[in-house]
Amino acid sequence: MEPSTEVKPFSPETEALMQQIISRYPAGNQKSALLPLLHLAQAESDGWLSVPVMDRVAQILGIQRIEVYEVASFYSMFNLKPVGKCLIEVCRTSSCWLRGAYDIVSHIENRLGIKAGETTPDGRFTLRLVECLGSCGTAPMLQIGEHYHENLTIEKVDALIESNGQNTRHSTYLDHNTFQTKR
Amino acid sequence: MERRLLLEHVDVPGIRTYDVYRAKGGYEGAEKALKSMTPDAVVEEVKTSGLRGRGGAGFPTGMKWSFLAKPEGVPRYLVCNADESEPGTFKDRFLMQHIPHLLIEGMIVSSFALGANTAYIYVRGEFFYVIRILEAAIAEAYKAGWLGKNIQGSGFDLDLYVHPGAGAYICGEETALLESLEGKRGNPRIKPPFPAVKGLYDCPTVVNNVETISAVVPIVKMGGEAYSKIGIGRSTGTKLISASGHINKPGVYEIELGVPVEEFIYSDAFCGGIWKNRKLKAVVAGGSSVPILPTELILKTANGEPRLMSYESLADGGFATGTMLGSGGFIVMDETTDIVHNLYTFTRFYRHESCGQCSPCREGTAWMEKILHKILNGQGTKSDVDLLWDIQRKIEGNTICPLGDAAAWPVASAIRHFRHEFEALVTGSKTSQPADIAV
Repeated sequence: MEPSTEVKPFSPETEALMQQIISRYPAGNQKSALLPLLHLAQAESDGWLSVPVMDRVAQILGIQRIEVYEVASFYSMFNLKPVGKCLIEVCRTSSCWLRGAYDIVSHIENRLGIKAGETTPDGRFTLRLVECLGSCGTAPMLQIGEHYHENLTIEKVDALIESNGQNTRHSTYLDHNTFQTKR
Repeated sequence: MERRLLLEHVDVPGIRTYDVYRAKGGYEGAEKALKSMTPDAVVEEVKTSGLRGRGGAGFPTGMKWSFLAKPEGVPRYLVCNADESEPGTFKDRFLMQHIPHLLIEGMIVSSFALGANTAYIYVRGEFFYVIRILEAAIAEAYKAGWLGKNIQGSGFDLDLYVHPGAGAYICGEETALLESLEGKRGNPRIKPPFPAVKGLYDCPTVVNNVETISAVVPIVKMGGEAYSKIGIGRSTGTKLISASGHINKPGVYEIELGVPVEEFIYSDAFCGGIWKNRKLKAVVAGGSSVPILPTELILKTANGEPRLMSYESLADGGFATGTMLGSGGFIVMDETTDIVHNLYTFTRFYRHESCGQCSPCREGTAWMEKILHKILNGQGTKSDVDLLWDIQRKIEGNTICPLGDAAAWPVASAIRHFRHEFEALVTGSKTSQPADIAV
């Protein structure tokens, strides 16, 4: 892959927070901060990791770019392609399947006019099927950003689609207040 | 009957905050350990308690601790495995979400016992809202002088950090978790060396599950001897059971080990019976990887003894007629359940989560998924069932980490106990919900 020419810093707040997170690991082991930094980078970059974004993380950590790419492509929460403003992740594994997850999926597919794995043409929603989210006692369930929505019914799903239809920001798993680095 | 040691105060309003937790006797275990015990004495109490790892393997915690190498001048680490991802398991999330300070107190006591001055809680990435709760609780604990330098004047220092994962079941395997914590792909390491000798940053490291570390608090408070009298036989203490599936009351229950399975399923104190007035068909008793058992074998052992919720009783009969307590992920299926389709959801899961390092697991899980997909869509043949059996047998025991075994056992047990359901699908006498809907 060609070296990226579009590498630019994150916001000053994010760059500062990244430095604080790096300090959580012993000197010389700054690479440990890679996963939290990628989460922060993704949250600030419309919910996905482009090559220049990953390259900036490599610069900050002083590691090879390939070390970032190979990790970003291993973990399912990192998006290497653009996603809709509202990323809906529906759990489909056993306990959720037993309590009607497929009905929830079918309903969302029909309502949004897309198949699982696709994004609506207006870029508002992406529907993704995911493996067990550890919420089996409240099945069926789905995740939008940081939030778990549990004991789903068709009515609840409709309400979620309504309330997330006009989001101006991408759904994110974390924000700057998630890590409380000042102690 | 429910027996609450960990969840004793879970219903108290505000128990998530430091002040309420402290008012309910919180941090008294840490106080006792740091002010009146030596690190070795804490290890001895844990050994005496008979506590076994609550993440799934059931290895004696005190023994694991005693393996920790202690070379001069080399830091040691305690890492909490909060990468809860075994399908059917959601107890650690519940505990961290509701009583975060119990885990923090357990981390303090355990780090003190092990001589670790830096500790990490590795939380699965999807649980960011739990990470937010833990971070807030850790900040409170620092403020109250339970973390940082010279904790409560004891001379013991501890820095505790939360580390997020990013979506990978394999990172629940302890060496994959350490790789991930070092900022790498979650590929399990070859053992030996074990983490106790060469773990995080090549330093001696103990990795324990959330529930295991939390259980150290009541053990220190009541003493290992008293704890060992709770439970049955070598299954001492209490266990958090995550109950899900076709039951009236899904949720997390803390049980004294030894409760009869029948009571656990049907009592209103626990699962409250099968939903919709249906009959029980099968149970996966300890998370997706343990063998599924039909009604007659989950309620009673092959010898006709009542089956109990304990390590030994659930394992009675080996894999021929028994199963495992595992992580305590208890998935219940009613009489209408399509066992082959349920297996398909497990196999698809393991295919997705295989790290790809070992060929038998990487290739085998994908083949098994494809064959099950074919069977569910009505295109299977009788020889496909034999092929499935053959593949799972060739995965088991032939991989670096236990994910291979975990993928093989559900397939083996489903065929062992429900072969007729596979055969009905391949002969066309029954049809299944098509697999395609969620591919």
